Amino acid sequence: MEKVDEVLEKFRYAKEDLIQILLELQMLSGKNYLPQEWVEYVAKALDMPMNKVYGVMTFYGMFSTKPRGKNLIEVCKSGPCHVSGSQGIELMLEKELAIKPGETTDDGLFTLERSNCFGACDIAPAIKIGEKVYGNLTPDSLRAVIKSYREEA
Amino acid sequence: MGNTKILSSRFGKIKPDSVEEFVAAGGYEGLKKAITMKPEEIIQEIKNAYLFGRGGAAYPTGVKWEQAYAIPLEKGPKYMICNADEGEPGTFKDRHIMAEDPLMLIEGMTIGAFIFGAKEGYIYCRGEYSGIQKILKSAIKNATEAGYLGENIMGTGLNFNIKVVSGAGAYVCGENTALVESIEGKTGRPRRKPPYIKNAGLNMMPTVLNNVETYACIPWIVKEGGETFLSVGTEFSGGTKLMCLSGNVVQRGVYEVPFGTTLRELIYGLGGGIAGGKTLKFVHLGGSSGACFPEELLDTKICYNDLRKNGLSLGSGAVLVVDDTHCVVDYLKTVMEFFEDESCGKCTPCREGNRRMVEILEKLTSGRGAKEDLERLQRLARTMRNTSFCGLGQSAPVPVTTLLKHFAAEFEAHVQGRCPSGKCSMSGVRR
Ligand SMILES: Cc1cc2nc3c(=O)[nH]c(=O)nc-3n(C[C@H](O)[C@H](O)[C@H](O)COP(=O)(O)O)c2cc1C
Ligand code: SF4
Ligand code: FES
Repeated sequence: MEKVDEVLEKFRYAKEDLIQILLELQMLSGKNYLPQEWVEYVAKALDMPMNKVYGVMTFYGMFSTKPRGKNLIEVCKSGPCHVSGSQGIELMLEKELAIKPGETTDDGLFTLERSNCFGACDIAPAIKIGEKVYGNLTPDSLRAVIKSYREEA
Repeated sequence: MGNTKILSSRFGKIKPDSVEEFVAAGGYEGLKKAITMKPEEIIQEIKNAYLFGRGGAAYPTGVKWEQAYAIPLEKGPKYMICNADEGEPGTFKDRHIMAEDPLMLIEGMTIGAFIFGAKEGYIYCRGEYSGIQKILKSAIKNATEAGYLGENIMGTGLNFNIKVVSGAGAYVCGENTALVESIEGKTGRPRRKPPYIKNAGLNMMPTVLNNVETYACIPWIVKEGGETFLSVGTEFSGGTKLMCLSGNVVQRGVYEVPFGTTLRELIYGLGGGIAGGKTLKFVHLGGSSGACFPEELLDTKICYNDLRKNGLSLGSGAVLVVDDTHCVVDYLKTVMEFFEDESCGKCTPCREGNRRMVEILEKLTSGRGAKEDLERLQRLARTMRNTSFCGLGQSAPVPVTTLLKHFAAEFEAHVQGRCPSGKCSMSGVRR
């Protein structure tokens, strides 16, 4: 719980920073999720009822209560990406990673998700891996991106 | 077409978080002038500028600030909030401002703080823009070190700090009251209005909230004068607009155009026309909650009045170009899935309406649609527009009604089991 304490300290145990605290913790989890024990700990430390904390966690799309892959790959499916060929990108990723949206690869390296617009429509079709955005994707450039994450692992 | 650059003049030319480079390129001249003026005078300049809110609702900023200024400070200082949620699909202009010239936005907020005597400001920036949040934080830190934020700003006695708060993936948090709830650390569901946030916003205190691009216009207006700003645009829409061009167009990107430019000039002139030698099918203007319309309306000027006369609205300034290889029913399903995902679930017309619309569109795209489905879509659209609790549910049906209006034959074809563009499976089974 040391990590959790550090984050709580950083935000001075302020209730209004709950979302900011949860975002940082999710990053620190290494698996893009919020472990139940951490959330319980935060609720106690902030003197908030668990249901309030869970309410917030489940309301916002970026939080997950289940472990995800080390790298979260989000394929944008909103209008601008849709008309620029996002479906092709999604199918390629499904094939390349051998998983469907919502699933995680066996090696725990990638989770594939479909997301809404993240403001990269000028380079659609776009994907996001963690904090990084990749656009103007072609089959070749997409494969190269995935390969670079595999090599880094 | 004039080429006055009000917002993008420093884009790509300065290190975004460098106060020195910002000042050397004309930054903070608006604030320097503002502190020599009376608050009423600054507000009058903004009124003269005919600046309309760039976040989508197009409320006149001068009027908003005049009303906010009139609210007494008896409960304590007002908050300044910047809406940097930018969740509307097809919109990426605020991202450009924050990534390339964030101090322009910070300067605009500081001028506001000077008018209202605000002590605390917040930039609510969407969680997906985590990289941009870092640039903002660095720019704020540098501005504080240089004395443009913090204690006794430029010897005026003004103390003003700005905090960056991250969203966490909820489009509805772009709505004023939901945004304020989210800054308070709560679920971002819209509040009942009144009270309006100008009276009781963040922590139930008087709050001034504007979009990134709106704040970014303020320093120039103060520096050059409201009438100069107005003269750049049209009679009733002052200044320039950052337009976001996306979809099947040759040169996608953000373009700063003076009001009065036509959509055709933007798409075929600046944007280089439709990509791949194809032809235009329709334009989706203002984001997913905006209207879809065919080529005939392209000579409409980008101007709040002209657009309104044609039943359109500028929204966030998103211009999505869709070529004729695409199917309107398939496209609409994608759009309505967005609203189904993003409905906060607080009220029934929006929570259920979007879901039912997606179901109907799913039927139509798989060849299981019936004639009555088109009437059902119209009926749901009416109910949602009239009875939804917030702007999300009220405007979600706009693409439905506008596509039904302009492409009735294509919807009919789907009812008959045919997708003219061959995009829909029409397999008769659920996908
Ligand atoms: C569902 C919904 C989402 C919105 N999203 C945004 C947004 O991302 N950014 C924004 O500036 N305004 C957004 N708005 C509009 C804001 O509520 C508000 O009108 C605006 O931020 C006010 O600033 P302005 O007057 O400078 O435009 C949204 C409104 C609704 C109903
Ligand atoms: S209209 Fe939609 S987003 Fe708005 S309050 Fe109702 S359910 Fe929530
Ligand atoms: S639509 Fe895909 S990033 Fe905007």
